[in-house]
Amino acid sequence: MAKMNMLHAINSALDITMAEHPQACIFGEDVGYFGGVFRATSGLQEKYGKHRVFNTPLTEQGILGFANGLAAFGAPALAEIQFADYIFPAFDQIVNESAKFRYRSGNEFNVGNLTIRTPYGGGIAGGLYHSQSPEAYFAHTPGLKLVVPRNPYQAKGLLRACIKDDNPVIFFEPKRLYRASTGEVPEGDYTIEIGKAEVVKEGKDVTVLAWGAQMEIIEQAASKAEEAGISCEIIDLRSILPWDAETIAKSVTKTGRLVISHEAPITNGFGAEIAATIQKECFLHLESPIERVCGLDTPYPLALEKEYVPDALKVFAAIKKSVEF
Amino acid sequence: MTNPNNISLNISHALEFIDGHALNIPTLKILSEDGDILDGATAPDLNKETALRIYSTMRFIRLLDERMQAAQRQGRISFYMQCLGEEAAITASAAALKQEDMIMAQYREQAALHYRGFSLEQFMNQLFSNEKDLGKGRQMPVHYGSNELHYLTISSPLGTQIPQATGYAYGQKLKHIDAQSGELSSEIDNVTICYFGEGAASEGDFHAGLNMAAVHKAPVLFFARNNGYAISTPADEQFKGDGIASRGVGYGIKTIRVDGADTLAVYAATQKAREIAVTTGEPVLIESIAYRLGAHSTSDDPSGYRTKDEEAEFKSNCPVARFKAWLLKQGWLNEEEDEAQKDKIREEILAALKVAEKIQKPALEELVSDVYDTPIPALQKQYEELKEHIKQHPDAYPITAGRIK
Ligand SMILES: Cc1ncc(C[n+]2csc(CCOP(=O)(O)OP(=O)(O)O)c2C)c(N)n1
Repeated sequence: MAKMNMLHAINSALDITMAEHPQACIFGEDVGYFGGVFRATSGLQEKYGKHRVFNTPLTEQGILGFANGLAAFGAPALAEIQFADYIFPAFDQIVNESAKFRYRSGNEFNVGNLTIRTPYGGGIAGGLYHSQSPEAYFAHTPGLKLVVPRNPYQAKGLLRACIKDDNPVIFFEPKRLYRASTGEVPEGDYTIEIGKAEVVKEGKDVTVLAWGAQMEIIEQAASKAEEAGISCEIIDLRSILPWDAETIAKSVTKTGRLVISHEAPITNGFGAEIAATIQKECFLHLESPIERVCGLDTPYPLALEKEYVPDALKVFAAIKKSVEF
Repeated sequence: MTNPNNISLNISHALEFIDGHALNIPTLKILSEDGDILDGATAPDLNKETALRIYSTMRFIRLLDERMQAAQRQGRISFYMQCLGEEAAITASAAALKQEDMIMAQYREQAALHYRGFSLEQFMNQLFSNEKDLGKGRQMPVHYGSNELHYLTISSPLGTQIPQATGYAYGQKLKHIDAQSGELSSEIDNVTICYFGEGAASEGDFHAGLNMAAVHKAPVLFFARNNGYAISTPADEQFKGDGIASRGVGYGIKTIRVDGADTLAVYAATQKAREIAVTTGEPVLIESIAYRLGAHSTSDDPSGYRTKDEEAEFKSNCPVARFKAWLLKQGWLNEEEDEAQKDKIREEILAALKVAEKIQKPALEELVSDVYDTPIPALQKQYEELKEHIKQHPDAYPITAGRIK
């Protein structure tokens, strides 16, 4: 075990992958010598050479088109999009190509070797274009997997699982947490299964669910709730596609209540899918309507970020509302 | 002979490939580093008033950049980007335009905006995202914009303004097209200039924008700022071939390359490019060769990817000093006055900074305004709920709580 922050943990997962497969390539804007604007790939170009760790020209559609081709050839393609906000120029390559490669060819071809890493989310005073959480756009696309870690340990284990997975995966990295804290992370290789939620804390009155950077917020809200005598079961979804409806349903069957929180705007956010599924699965066990505490239906602001975000106080208010219904 | 492929074929019997670097487009240079007109060069038609306005804009931007870079280090603003090294390229190109010509910039073109009349107070209000910011405090620092000054508000995603400039310019041209013949009936009154970096020129939007402009003949001036780096990526990892200029040629667009540290060359090239655009309705591409002297932004540290020697070499080629030397030789400027002016501007900047940082943040309703022309019902409901929440917990939202009606 070693103490690592999330960036080190990601770097370690990439390092293992590069050592494991002689054709694995890391590429994206500024990822070469500089190690990416957040330094997640630092040191890897020196170690594996410019032909395997390289800066691309500034073109996200180029990065993903190239990645699709490389993955179709059979090499692990580890593509970085500098900010999730800039993934949209690559939207066509991801949604129409990566996601449908296997299906449209009758499995003659696939891009299972593709992993897209991208920092997402707010809390860094980044305004409109450095704060978005675009997971729901991709969650509407069959053929992709979407994974979001919440701490360094998960970041490494989940990223390794994404890379080993035989499907294209988007790995959303909560940039606010990159250097926020360190945790114990094994130096060697390990994976965490994709598609399984984690019950972070057991409780009996209400299930509180989030993923990625929002986990910190719901944990704060839950401790306020505990002070007020409300027992919260806290769940980290970890994987948005596929998502673990079973674990959530089991928890909600027990607690009778569910509060979902995410940073992205509420309308058509992934919380909507969870709410719809859980109300069907758990209809007879629900004691109150499923609450969602999310971003407003506006672009992510700058000056009024504090007002905009689904903070712990808002989550706490929703927990109370759910319990007092 | 022309054929349906729209190429006039030049038949050859030799199996020959044209080298990707075969083009070697010359670089227009008029002013020497010492401020003399070079032998064989012709100075553009630049009067004293305009020349001094260009100079005072460059000087102002240097001082503003210097101060705001420091303000970011002191934690007073969250982010900043300088145009150090590119002052001449940006200011002189803007000066060669008409006030009503549209500017679509990338983010490093504050000098063009100041030349248009964006005031010190307006810069400060945006940088501090206070309630007087025209953008209502929604975007990061340096994302300026002003409808009055015909300067489209900056958007962070790179390259998106390039095809937009083509569309906007096409609109500007439509007014001058004869309804019967479909031909240009008069000189176009206004054009669009579109600034972007050599990095952004790799985006799909760049190719889309140039191709559309060429095919549909839009009077847009594409101004590529080739400053050597896109964050840490040097130009040789960005593109091959003869710079961005060769792309212009490839798309069938009239193209020129200029020394971007040479105010007179940039002014002359842009003035001529504008004339071509207004008379023919066609696009022009200008590639400015300069060097991004500063860090990419305050979030960047260039010492990790380039050497001090390299920086020093370019530091000695200062675009502001070069132009100043020419102005002194013209007898249009004198050193003492210039120094006195600098001190005065520094004081004004500091005073404006102090005022702007005390102005309150935008009101809560600005969170939901302008998403649509009027908030849709779902958003209206979210807003009411948010107000209620803040009223119940005023201490947690000190910026807005006291001002909720
Ligand atoms: C679509 C998109 N991808 C990535 C970024 C992140 N980014 C911001 S500036 C920049 C470099 C731009 O370089 P260049 O266009 O050469 O302009 P310069 O900074 O040199 O003036 C990058 C990669 C972005 N803003 N938009």
